[in-house]
Formats: sequence, structure tokens, C-alpha cells
Amino acid sequence: MPIAFADTLSPSWDLVADIQILLHYHFMQNAYLAGTLVAVIAGFMGYFMVLRSQSFAGHSLANVGFAGATGAVLFGIPSIAGLFVAGVLAAVGIQTLNLAENNRQSDVAVGAVFTASLALGFLFIALATSEYAANVYDVLFGNPLGISDGDVVIIACSTLVLVGAFVLIARPLFFASIDPDVAAARGVPVRTLGFVYLVLLALVVAVAVQVVGVLLIFALLVTPAAIAQYVTTRPLVAAAVAVLLSLIFTWIGLAVGYFTPYPVGFFITTFAFGTYVLVRSGRFVLNRVRQRWLASPGDSSIGGAA
Amino acid sequence: MTDLSPTASAAPITPALSPVIQVEDAAVALGGRTIWQEVQLSVQPGEFLAILGPNGAGKSTLLKAILGLIPLSHGTISVLGHPARRGNAAIGYVPQRRHFDADVRVRGRSIVRLGLDGRDWGLPLPFLQRGKAREARRRVQEAIDLVGAEAYADRPIGELSGGEQQRLLIAQALVTRPRILALDEPLDSLDLRNQQGVAGVIQQISRETGAAVLLVAHDINPILPAIDRVVYIAQGQVAIGTPEEVITTETLSRLYTTPIEVLRTSDGRIVVVGQTEEEVSYHAHRLR
Repeated sequence: MPIAFADTLSPSWDLVADIQILLHYHFMQNAYLAGTLVAVIAGFMGYFMVLRSQSFAGHSLANVGFAGATGAVLFGIPSIAGLFVAGVLAAVGIQTLNLAENNRQSDVAVGAVFTASLALGFLFIALATSEYAANVYDVLFGNPLGISDGDVVIIACSTLVLVGAFVLIARPLFFASIDPDVAAARGVPVRTLGFVYLVLLALVVAVAVQVVGVLLIFALLVTPAAIAQYVTTRPLVAAAVAVLLSLIFTWIGLAVGYFTPYPVGFFITTFAFGTYVLVRSGRFVLNRVRQRWLASPGDSSIGGAA
Repeated sequence: MTDLSPTASAAPITPALSPVIQVEDAAVALGGRTIWQEVQLSVQPGEFLAILGPNGAGKSTLLKAILGLIPLSHGTISVLGHPARRGNAAIGYVPQRRHFDADVRVRGRSIVRLGLDGRDWGLPLPFLQRGKAREARRRVQEAIDLVGAEAYADRPIGELSGGEQQRLLIAQALVTRPRILALDEPLDSLDLRNQQGVAGVIQQISRETGAAVLLVAHDINPILPAIDRVVYIAQGQVAIGTPEEVITTETLSRLYTTPIEVLRTSDGRIVVVGQTEEEVSYHAHRLR
């Protein structure tokens, strides 16, 4: 039976049949389940990351996961635990180095921690034997088609924790992200929230790495949120749009990856990037048209150029 | 939302003469250096106070001490009969402002709303608490109307001008209907027209809501018609009184311990001459 399906591994115009083919294998069911959970939490997280202008910190924290995952292989602990521990350590490092800065993150501190951890990961690979070479690829770019039932359970539990934590801190975190000085005066624990946010980010990264890998995680974290900001200026709606876009990119990426011989991570990232470029350029054109409109009809050419 | 109730319930029982802020023999020391000392100040409801002085003299420090953000090294400050504490919803605070980055794409209305419930844990459930949600929206609208920001309240705040951002931030401070408004250099970095506009808005708010206003300013002239009293801080010393009493050649010369000349132009503006060196040295200090 699987062989028969392998013959018909091309999508038709019958959407129901396509979805049946797509979800026929257990590994694909796991991929969709894990991908959906990761997309939800990454999209939400990403909104705050863009709001806090912390995409560099997020990117770095994800790359720290490289050291965590390779270290986990070396020491024989589950890779998700290694990823999380490395992320939390990096969060502590970034937070400590930033203590002097007033409620703001410094790129230098983040970069220093990030590079040090990459070097550590490099050492771990050298220490481990060559049989982990394939594993390194999975860490860097993700392997959504190799997610086990155990992984799904771990991802589901982590997602539950993350969603709960976010619902609890969403508003003060939003306040602290957008206006730390006023938030602090109002009694919001700005610095503590900044640290909690980085720890949650470490957990998101640990969970998401299996789907998109540490290098491509940006596609689910930052790009959907960046697009959402151009679609709406209402915070809750923007967060919802970010989650929705994250979901769409993941679902379509998995489907296309399944029906073609090319990797899923590539498609997720490319769809995200393509949409981002489309929305940005659409916005640009719209602004130009609006400016032309606002300019008086008599000298529209001058108004349009201004 | 719970933090609103004290404000609301406290409003009707205002004894006419009990001060909203009482500063007793207060001093602040930061890093071993005494910023100012022996400050005695009593602010009445609805009073409009300007806090003036050179850069680094401790004007913002005074506001922050009243907000409970900086501990005193001596003396006491009580706000509405209680010791100054962080997170007091009875004080609306607008800190010294850098602009929002152009890429902050959040509408002004949502930023005003943060003043109301931004520090509450959990998410609001509008479909479960319809009345509460409607009341919150009404409050936000009221604050936006007070500062005259309706026309641009739904645009991304990063795209707004400095004056428009400043008005929305004042609306954010107003949304809890505070008894005290603490504004740190709200007119700085605004052009002359916006300075007058925002100063007018603040004066009108203080009249309409009866809130006491503490306004840190660099230049007294845009707010001169509005202010009741001046708190002038220089070299650790503080002089308090009406503008006519404080901004005089004698008082400022005594504060600065160097000859200062105060001139009044024919259109009523005040020009202070002779503190340039002081300004420069304080500037250098502030940059650290």
C-alpha cells in the first residue's frame, strides 16, 4: 500500500485527496503536529521580538542552541535539554553583561555571548566523532520529517507551558517592551520580565529547532511578526496575524517539501521571505500612490516625486 | 483595573486644603554626591508647578523621588497622605522623552491604553467582561479627546511627529484620571508652535481635571502664563515661590553663588543671563 501511494506522490487538484496523501504516513502526522505547535508559539514570541527590536538577540540565542545541541550529543543527554540549558545560560550571560545598560539590550554583549557559544559548539563537534556530521545538519537546518512520538509529547508540553506563561505576562511585557521607563514607574518589573522573556525564548528555540533548525528559525520567529506589523497596528491582532502567517508558512512548507525532493526548511523560509518582500513592496507602492493622491492635482508630478 | 479604584473613590473626599504632595526636609544623594537637600515643598490640588534649573541640577531626580523611583537620603515625601511609592496610579508620569523609533508600528490608542491596564497580569477577556471593556475604551477615548489627539490616535506612533507623540503620552498618563501629573521636559525637542500647543493642553487639563501639575522645563517662557509656582534647583539649593519671587537677579545669584541677571522683555518673556559657563559644565557632567 505505501508503495502504491509512493507512485501517486504528486499533488492533484483534489485538495481532500492531497491532504489524505500528505497525512498518510505517521512521520508526516508528527511533522504537522509539531510544526503547528512550533509555529503558534514562534509567531507569538516573534511579535515581542520585533517589538523589542531584539531580533539580533533572538537570532543569537538560537545559534547558541548549536552549542547546546552538539554538547547534548557529546554528553549523551536529550538534545532538547541541551538546547534549553544552553539557551538559559546564554540568557543569563546576556542579562548579566547588560546590567550596566539601563533596561536596554546591547548588541555587543549579545554578539560576544553568541560567538563564544558558536566556538564551543565547534569544539563539541571536533570532540564528537564524525558520525554526528548528519546530526549537525539537523541542528542547523532542522529535520521535521524525523520527529518521533516522544518529541511530539515534549513539544506539546513545552507549548502548553509557553502559552500559559505568555498569557500571564503578555500585557506587562508589551508595556515594558514599548516604553520601559513608564512601565518601570508604573510598577512593572521591567528587568525581570526582560530576563523571563529570554528564558522563554530559549525554550521556544529548543522546541523549534527540530522543525526549522537554529539557522532558519528566524523564518518563523521574526519574519511573520515583521509582516504582521505592516498589516495592522493593533497589538493583539498583529500577534494573531503573526501566528497565522507562521502556521501558513509551516503547513505549506511541509506540504511542498513532501511532494518535492527538496528540504522543508528551505520552503518555509522562502515562503516567509517572499511574503515579507511582497508586503514591504506593496506598502511602499501604496505610500507612493497615497502621496501622489495627497499632492494637489495641479502639480501632481512634483508631489509624487517628493 | 484594580489600581483605579483608589483614584476614583478618593476623588470626592478631597479636603480643599490638604496638600497632594508634602515634601519634608528631603535630600537625595546619588553615588555619594548630594543632589539637593533641605527641600520643603507642599503642593495643593490643581496647582501648576514648574521645576526649573540647569542640566544635572536634579530636576528629574525630584520627580523620580516623588514617584518613589529614587530613595531619599534624608526626610520624607508623602503623596496623598501616603509615603511615596513606585507604581502609584494617582500620579500620571511622562518621563523625559526620546522619540519612538519610526519602526514602532503600534497605534497610539493601544499605547494610551497601556496607562490603564498595562501592568496587569493575564490577558483581558472582552467577551466575558463587556462592561469593563467598554468602560476601558471610553476612558481611553476621553484621555485622547482631552489632549486633542483623535485625528491620529489610530496611526502607528512611530510615524507621528514629536508633538503628536508627546500628546499621546500625556493622554497615557491621564487615562487613570490622576490627581497629580508629573511631566519631565514635555516641551523639549518640540518646535515653538508645538511647545505652545502642548503647554496649552497641559494647562487646560489641569483646569478641567483639577490635577496638580509638576512640569520639569528648560525654558520657562512657553509655560509662564500657566504656572502658579516655580521650584528652582541649582547647585544643591532649592528656591520655591511665584515666578516673580524666584526668577529674580537676587534669588538666582544667591542660588548659583555667582552674579546672574534676570531681564524681562516688553512682551513679558524672561531672559536669564550669566549662567552659560554653568550650563556647559553641567552638560558635560550629564553626558558622563
